[in-house]
Amino acid sequence: MTAPAAPAPAPAKRPAGRAGRNTELPEHLKAYKGVWVFIEHERGHVHSVSWELLGEARKLADILGSQVGVVLLGGNDEALETYAAEAFSFGADKAYIVHDPVLKGYRNEPFTKGLTDLVNKYQPEILLLGATSMGRDLAGSVATTLLTGLTADCTELNIDPASKALAATRPTFGGSLLCTIMTLAYRPQMATVRPRVLAMPRAEAGRSGEIIQDTLGMVETQIVTKLLDFIADAHSNRINLPYADVIVSGGKGLKNAENFKLCFALARVLGGEVGATRPCVQAGWVEAERQVGQTGKTVRPKLYIAAGISGAIQHRVGMEASDVIVAINTDPNAPIFDFAHYGIVGNAMQVLPALTSAFAEHLAKASRKVA
Amino acid sequence: MHIVVCIKQVPDSAQIRVHPVTNTIMRQGVPAIVNPYDLYSLEEALRLKDQFGGRVTVLSMGPPQAEEALRKCISFGADDAVLVTDRAFAGADTLATSYALAAAIRQIGKEQAVDVVFTGKQTIDGDTAQVGPGIAKRLGLQLLTYVSRIVRTDLDGQRITIERRAEGGVQVLETALPCLITMLENTNELRFATLPAMIHAAAYPVRKWSKDEAGIEDVEKIGLKGSPTVVSKVFGPTPRSAKAELLELETSSLRDVSLNLLQKIFTRHPTLEVDLLMKEET
Repeated sequence: MTAPAAPAPAPAKRPAGRAGRNTELPEHLKAYKGVWVFIEHERGHVHSVSWELLGEARKLADILGSQVGVVLLGGNDEALETYAAEAFSFGADKAYIVHDPVLKGYRNEPFTKGLTDLVNKYQPEILLLGATSMGRDLAGSVATTLLTGLTADCTELNIDPASKALAATRPTFGGSLLCTIMTLAYRPQMATVRPRVLAMPRAEAGRSGEIIQDTLGMVETQIVTKLLDFIADAHSNRINLPYADVIVSGGKGLKNAENFKLCFALARVLGGEVGATRPCVQAGWVEAERQVGQTGKTVRPKLYIAAGISGAIQHRVGMEASDVIVAINTDPNAPIFDFAHYGIVGNAMQVLPALTSAFAEHLAKASRKVA
Repeated sequence: MHIVVCIKQVPDSAQIRVHPVTNTIMRQGVPAIVNPYDLYSLEEALRLKDQFGGRVTVLSMGPPQAEEALRKCISFGADDAVLVTDRAFAGADTLATSYALAAAIRQIGKEQAVDVVFTGKQTIDGDTAQVGPGIAKRLGLQLLTYVSRIVRTDLDGQRITIERRAEGGVQVLETALPCLITMLENTNELRFATLPAMIHAAAYPVRKWSKDEAGIEDVEKIGLKGSPTVVSKVFGPTPRSAKAELLELETSSLRDVSLNLLQKIFTRHPTLEVDLLMKEET
């Protein structure tokens, strides 16, 4: 005879963690499986941040033993199936496609509905988006609709070995420290990553996957916001820092806007772009598009020259993936020398012109040799 | 026209230092400021008020001392200020913050219907850019992020046309009021506060609302409890094992150091030289 079992303790109304934190995954959310990437495309062109995310999604899915899905939303005449085939070559297993006239050109309302509905229907565990103007606009709306956690501008994604949750690392306190954030009791776990933070994966030709077509169930008259026009940027005034091969950046050590000319002179010789730190942009010395760092652009050029930059994390996370980093700073203890490859302890206003003439001379000589 | 501008008091991150040994934030003496991105939204709101009349209410959630940031906004020309402050909000992430602010905006709307809500593009301490979209979703407002220009506002027809910064271009969008706008940086220049305005602001009675006064009934949705994200650790950057190879200026001339550096760069990155030469040709 067995003694009657003690009554099971009543299940807590809410997962009670430390100090009322939500740390335990409710049973019904355990069915959420798979790592998804929202594929961003505009006028026939997929944003490379989507492929960069796909490479990372593949790694995360392999750790979890799950599959990678991509979401493609667009108009009836958009080549979403072609993009899906490309996504398969970068590691996706499934592509969820919705064609609808109202999805031609990004608008928050129909895209939020499209992505939210797919998530509710197919229940992915993780959902990644590019931290672009489209991805950030969409991610915030989708996370609020789904009432789940969203971590912005991550610099590193991992799977926590104990909880199997997504461990999303991002700079905090204006970029002075890093923190790892997890969404333990809600699904999907959402994160955005900025362009160029992750490396571009290698495409594997012949890799295939499954296409799942879905519908939106929304008509134009239901949508309040109308897209009247798209004015493409003139090519000449486009500053494309994230994909530049050479970047010469200036910091507060340059003292004033005038001295930025020295960066421009060196960049011209190298066929590169000019970057800057946040304080310089805030002081109005250069355009906001030139800001490198956590709140600016993330870059991975072949050569990065940092002039008068101390190397706060805010800046560092935006450029440390550069192939070769050269730092010029008067302070031998500046943090920039901790992660640069080469350093010159000196005044950038003197060193930059010297480098400019050295490069100009060298390249002139070398090109004569080639000719 | 009634405009609500959400602002946040943030530490001036340019002045935050990390303790070199303990890797913790040294907050002492770091001045608190109005999040710089919010000021572009405040200025745009004041311009709408200049154009159409009406009032601008500034709203913030934060500790009691955040009223200073609201006073600053009053000095620039905001008409009223509400600070939602309650211990129950502690530990809120962006989802819980958007819930609390949305509730407060609903309360403010009961006094006078709100036509436009503004938030900053993002804050300089959290940098998430999530609270604006969250508020819009919770209030069912049309969301217009990264707005570079308000083209046209038709108050009678309740329509607004704006330009929005997208990747590789600008979207021109038209939508209905009420809506939520986040302004892009450097899109306008904040006006100066006049001396009488500063004196008025210094004495302005900022309204302080508890969670109940803000109309929040469900405490499960605010503070730590209402926050799905959990910060699992905070840490300093890992120093790279190899520090930079320093080239000495004292022992050799600037020119020699430059040429030496070139050699090192081209040795380390063998294809760079060819890339640069090809660029020269084109």
